[in-house]
Amino acid sequence: MPPTLLVSTRKGLFTYRDAGGRLSIAESAFLGDPVTISLHDQRDGATYAALRLGHFGCKLHRQERDGTWREVASPAYPEKPADAVVVRDPMRGEEVPWKVDQIWALAVDYGQDGALWCGTIPGGLFHSTDRGETWTLNTPLWNLPARAKWFGGGYDWPGIHSILTHPSQPDRVTVGVSCGGAWRSHDRGQTWVNASRGMRAAFMPEGQEFDPEIQDPHLVAQCATRPDMLWAQHHNGIFRSSNDGDDWREITTAVPSSFGFATAVHPHDPETAWFVPAIKDERRIPVDGRFVVTRTRDGGASFEVLGEGLPDAEAFHLVYRHALAVSPADADPARVQLAIGSTTGSLWHSADQGDHWSHVSAHLPPIYAVMWA
Amino acid sequence: MPLVRFTPSLQRHVSAPDVRVEGATVRDALFQIFTTTPALRSYLVDEQGALRKHVTVFVDGLPVRDRAALTDALRPDSDVDVMQALSGG
Repeated sequence: MPPTLLVSTRKGLFTYRDAGGRLSIAESAFLGDPVTISLHDQRDGATYAALRLGHFGCKLHRQERDGTWREVASPAYPEKPADAVVVRDPMRGEEVPWKVDQIWALAVDYGQDGALWCGTIPGGLFHSTDRGETWTLNTPLWNLPARAKWFGGGYDWPGIHSILTHPSQPDRVTVGVSCGGAWRSHDRGQTWVNASRGMRAAFMPEGQEFDPEIQDPHLVAQCATRPDMLWAQHHNGIFRSSNDGDDWREITTAVPSSFGFATAVHPHDPETAWFVPAIKDERRIPVDGRFVVTRTRDGGASFEVLGEGLPDAEAFHLVYRHALAVSPADADPARVQLAIGSTTGSLWHSADQGDHWSHVSAHLPPIYAVMWA
Repeated sequence: MPLVRFTPSLQRHVSAPDVRVEGATVRDALFQIFTTTPALRSYLVDEQGALRKHVTVFVDGLPVRDRAALTDALRPDSDVDVMQALSGG
C-alpha cells in the first residue's frame, strides 16, 4: 500500500496518496468545514474525522474501508451534576464548562478492538468501545483535584492534545495537557499519576516553574517501537524522557530555536526526533524568515538544521502541534516519510528523513493536523 | 400548534423540514422534535441542554431570552425560527 497522508484543515479533510513518487489528493471530504483532527485505525481500516462546525458544534464522522462516511457520536460531557465541584481556570477565574468545544486528540485503544480514546477542549478524556458510536467521559481524570490547576494555553480552556498508546502495552495511556502537564495511567484510565517531573515553565512565578501539574507540553510524542522513549515540544523548549515520563530532561542544544509546537519521533530510533522551530513565544514566526526543520539523531546532544527544499527567506509559516507527522511503526525503515503542514496552507513532504523536502501544495486551507495512514 | 422552521444552512448536515409540534415553551417544542429526529439535537443544543453559542431561536420575530433553559413561552400559533447566530468573524 503506498503511503497515505491525512491532512486536516480549516476547510476540509484531504487524503493524499503517492502517485508515481509524488503525493496528490486522492479524496476531499467535508469541504468548507473545519476538521480539527483525524485518525486512521489500521486494525479495521476506519478513518475518523473530527469537525468543529462554526454554528453547530463538534461532530465526529467515520469512514469505512469502502470509502463511505457516516456521522457517529461526538464525545459529550454528561449532564453536570448539581453538586459538581466548580473548577475555574486559575488564570482567568472563569468556570470550566462541561461542554466540548473542540476535539483535539484521537488515539487507538489497543486493549479492545474498536476502542478509541479522544481528548478535548476543555480537558476531558473520552473513551469509546464501539468505534465512536458512543463515548464515556473518563471520570478519574476529570475528577482529579489537580485539574483545578490546569489553565488554557493557546485556547481559552485547558485541553488534551496528546494521547499515547501502544499495542505492546494496552493498559498504558499517557495524555498531554496544555496547560496541565503529562498524566499517565497503567490501568487503561482507572487511575492517573502525573508524569511531568523535570519539565520547566518559565511563564510561572519564581518557585513554581517546576510544578508538574501546570506544565505546557505543546505535544508529547513517543517512539513507535520504544514506547517508553518520549519527546515533548514544550512551551519552554524541548524535553525528553527515557523512562515513560518518570523524569524529563530539558534539551537546550537546538538551534535556531527550541520553541515550537510539533515534534515527531523516528519510529525505529528513539534518539532521532524532528522539530519545527519558531521565535518564542508571542511572535511565532520562523527565525530570520527562514523556515526550517531541526533534527537530532543523538538524543538531543546535537541538532541539524534542515532546509533543503524549504523557503529560506521571507517565510512566515507556522506549524501547529499535530502538523508534523512521521511514518508509523510498520513502515519500511528505509522509507520513513515525513510531512509538515502549515497554518499558511503549505504542505511539504520528505522521503529521506528531512534531508530534502518537496513542496506538495501552497494552496491548502490552514492545516491543523497531518497523519500518515 | 406552533410552527418550527430551521435555517437552510442546517439542511446539509441534518434534514430538518418545517414542522408543527405541541409545546408551551421553546424547550418543549425543540425536545419534542429531538425525539423524532435525534440527530438534530447536538446541532442545536450543547450537552447541557443550552442553545449552542452560535445558534439562536426567534419566537414570533423576537430572539429568545433564556438561551440556557429555553423557557420562553409559545402561543398555539407561534412561529419559531431556528437560525444561525451571526457573531464574530
